[in-house]
Amino acid sequence: MKTETTPEKAAETPSEFAQGAKDSVPIALGYLAVSFSVGIMAANGGFGLLQASVMSMTNMTSAGEFAGIQVIAFGGALAELALTQLIINLRYALMSLSLSQKLSGEVTLWQRFVVAAVNTDEIFALAVKRAKSLTFRYMLGLEVFPVAGWTAGTFLGAFSSTLMPESVSRTMSVLLYGMFIAIVVPEARRARPILVVSLLAVVLSCLFHWAPGLKEVSFGIAVIVCTVAASSVGAVLFPLSDTKQGDGE
Amino acid sequence: MRIWLGIATMSLVTYLIRAVPLTLFRRKIENRAVRSFLAYVPYACLSAMTVPAIFFATDSLAETSVAFGVAFLLALRGKGLVAVAVCATAAAFAVSLLA
Repeated sequence: MKTETTPEKAAETPSEFAQGAKDSVPIALGYLAVSFSVGIMAANGGFGLLQASVMSMTNMTSAGEFAGIQVIAFGGALAELALTQLIINLRYALMSLSLSQKLSGEVTLWQRFVVAAVNTDEIFALAVKRAKSLTFRYMLGLEVFPVAGWTAGTFLGAFSSTLMPESVSRTMSVLLYGMFIAIVVPEARRARPILVVSLLAVVLSCLFHWAPGLKEVSFGIAVIVCTVAASSVGAVLFPLSDTKQGDGE
Repeated sequence: MRIWLGIATMSLVTYLIRAVPLTLFRRKIENRAVRSFLAYVPYACLSAMTVPAIFFATDSLAETSVAFGVAFLLALRGKGLVAVAVCATAAAFAVSLLA
């Protein structure tokens, strides 16, 4: 049995579930704020309150939901929608794969299906940071508050967008883009490969918006092509070093 | 109905992406090219979704340009997610009041 070196004395070790729940509180609060903008975006895209909330509860991903809202709002085909989700959320496959290595051997198959539902970027980050192997109870504790926060935030965003004056809800459309910028820019500044990949994606995306012929391509497909092309170029020009395990998140 | 069908599609695809590797595969990805590709996906995807779309998020180019500029500068200075987003939105709203 390893003793944990936490600041507070481990006079009484909290249960695995309680520890997970405690660890997840900052994430849950952040989710409450971020998903607010997803809710607004959904409402602007024609989603009802229940639709926006159910979408968030069952998807738990900002970029994927955002793209999904756009594809649905623009009347894209279901296949296009599915493909968009597949590409944008493909990184979760990598995280799930990595997480599967850290789960305790006692976690059953059925429990793995539960854990999988909420393997977000942030929860994954917390899970891999934990020094012990991961129990089902810990993972469950880690997931409850973030799901509640993400769902509630979406509901509140969608709800308040119906109450806000048009000028406010209209300008709020830039909120989620602001968050995306806040994710990409510091990393692009830190790591040149990310800068190159991001700029390339922007250039391609602009081509899909303005270039003759290309601008007929729908939003979802354009995002997929830009993402796959820019990431592929990045993988060829700047392969990760063998020691690093996915520096991306 | 279309929206519900869309939500169901999104949920199913996203869940399968997470569940299949977690339940079926137990080995680490060794392929360096695949790992590198997946590491760049979030940034490529977010960038492609943001530019140029942010400039058409409202129907005023002045509002969105200012929002983009504010977000970019604050992000460059390492401000947090929520701070960047809220300031960009406030800036867009301020511009809309001037117009």
